[in-house]
Amino acid sequence: MQPLLNAQRICAAYRLENGDEVQAVDHVSLSVFPGEVLGVVGESGCGKSTLAAVLSLTARPPLMVKAGTLTLAGQQVTLAGKQPYPVTWRGRLVALLPQGAMNSLNPTLRVRDFAFDVLRAHDRQVDRRVALERARERLQQLSLPPRVLDAYPHQLSGGMKQRVVAVLSTLLNPRLLIADEPTSALDVSSQRALVNLLLELLEREIIASIIFISHDLPLLSNVADRIAVMYAGEIVELATTREIIRAPQHPYTRALLQATLVPERTIRGRRIEGIPGQPPDLRKRPPGCRFSPRCPHATDRCRRERPPLETIDGRAVACWWVFERERRVPSVEESVP
Amino acid sequence: MTRVSSLLEVERLSRQFGSGRSAVLAVKDVSFSVAPGEIVAVVGESGSGKSTLARLILRLLPPTSGTIRFAGLGEITRLRGRALRHYWQQVQAIFQDPFSTFNQFLTVRRLLERSLGIVDNPPRGADRECAIAQALQSVGLEPSDVLPKWPHQLSGGQRQRVMIARALLLQPKLVIADEPTSMLDASLRVTVLNLLADLRQRGSSVLFITHDLGQAFYLADRLLVMYQGEIVERGPVEAVLRSPRHPYTQRLLADVPRLGDGRPTARPADGPIRLVQRRPSGG
Repeated sequence: MQPLLNAQRICAAYRLENGDEVQAVDHVSLSVFPGEVLGVVGESGCGKSTLAAVLSLTARPPLMVKAGTLTLAGQQVTLAGKQPYPVTWRGRLVALLPQGAMNSLNPTLRVRDFAFDVLRAHDRQVDRRVALERARERLQQLSLPPRVLDAYPHQLSGGMKQRVVAVLSTLLNPRLLIADEPTSALDVSSQRALVNLLLELLEREIIASIIFISHDLPLLSNVADRIAVMYAGEIVELATTREIIRAPQHPYTRALLQATLVPERTIRGRRIEGIPGQPPDLRKRPPGCRFSPRCPHATDRCRRERPPLETIDGRAVACWWVFERERRVPSVEESVP
Repeated sequence: MTRVSSLLEVERLSRQFGSGRSAVLAVKDVSFSVAPGEIVAVVGESGSGKSTLARLILRLLPPTSGTIRFAGLGEITRLRGRALRHYWQQVQAIFQDPFSTFNQFLTVRRLLERSLGIVDNPPRGADRECAIAQALQSVGLEPSDVLPKWPHQLSGGQRQRVMIARALLLQPKLVIADEPTSMLDASLRVTVLNLLADLRQRGSSVLFITHDLGQAFYLADRLLVMYQGEIVERGPVEAVLRSPRHPYTQRLLADVPRLGDGRPTARPADGPIRLVQRRPSGG
């Protein structure tokens, strides 16, 4: 099967006022297949949102895409430089559901006018009645009353606003929806509602694929088919959700999993430790593995040399400790009499 | 319900916003108590009145009716001036948004020094310096590193830790933590929750407000479930989570994401869109 989106070696940097550059996304490659939900997990500042901006074609200065190619629905574009991407890509092929979506509505427009604006921006000839009919239908599908169309954003509750933004960002039936921490400001019940909504859109084939970005691993593990783990601008592990949750390889993935709190007996009365230290300052990155200063397994090699993202048994991981272990495993078996 | 040993006793507390037809009863007839050294979690969705309750207890908002009692001070519902200040010496707050609770014009050093000003006999000179350094170290921050910094130079996790360091510094009897982790990464959450557990070790009580039952389960001794301004269920954490009685608690518990194996595939493709039920029945 052809991937719907294939990103190769994406590099993106923020230009600082003093002319320095901070590389926020560093040689990231990934693909998303039709019908798939790809999860991206990582801490604040790991480059998740930057990646979302690049892939949704909404990167704007000071963010600059330095390198990489993007293949969307069979068409390839080099991202660096001035080569324009096809005009139909943004909004139709790929759309962004932004972080803090609740604040991305224009407070001076009724929802109906906003919806019409969105459609007209992509189709000058669109008829107002047709546009509103489409918006109304979509709202009803998401169990929002049609009166929402006549409301100003401040008249809606947080959960309603979130759903309205989800409706607006999928109004053009984009093939790929990039959801950037869509649930992080919501309580658990609204989170679940929004996730269900996105999965409904997928099942009804209103959208074909989702890249779901979140720092919440338990949430992601119920949404994504595969999960990419990002750390300090790089993907350090990419595998199916089952593999990531049941048999995480990279020490960072393991630490993330250990720090999750689910309401089950096992966490009661036990002290769980967070990950010691902080992610590196992207202006002064450690020369070797970027997780090595916080890693319990780090060796001299880890501090010196950067591990490549290698594929072992269909799952990708970048860690010397894992490579060593993989190599050692057969020899251990051989020694068994 | 009244226990002699309570640190905080809240009785039939209500707060109404607005009046007439647009009146909203944000906190409705709420009663509970917090014992010394106890962590009580208040759990509920956004808009359930959790934060209003916190502000009422902090005396940042006057109640419409009801009383709040504090050990050694008696009723504090109508305290003013010096007496209120005396109450504030014993109660500290950690708020949800570590980005807006800081005075942008104070360095961490000035902020912590000023906070000490509320205490009756604040330590001076080297003693003060030492107390501040100790508080910062116990939340895992390097004093020489953060003391000269301005709030905008700190990450969200660091700010929240400075807030907890401040709480440690003043050694309050009660800490009210209003969603202290909701703006933090999952990996930092545990660290902050452990710090709250440490506060208990030092003899403080904590009123922990959250929408996440997972966090409440990890940290708290007792649970109060709030729904539309009322406490609909209460009890020891384990008992409530083992057999939640109120439909709202049951739903909250069901909504907490567990670690899963990926997207559930057996979903009806052509069925009607499931209505997401916002308001469970029962009250």
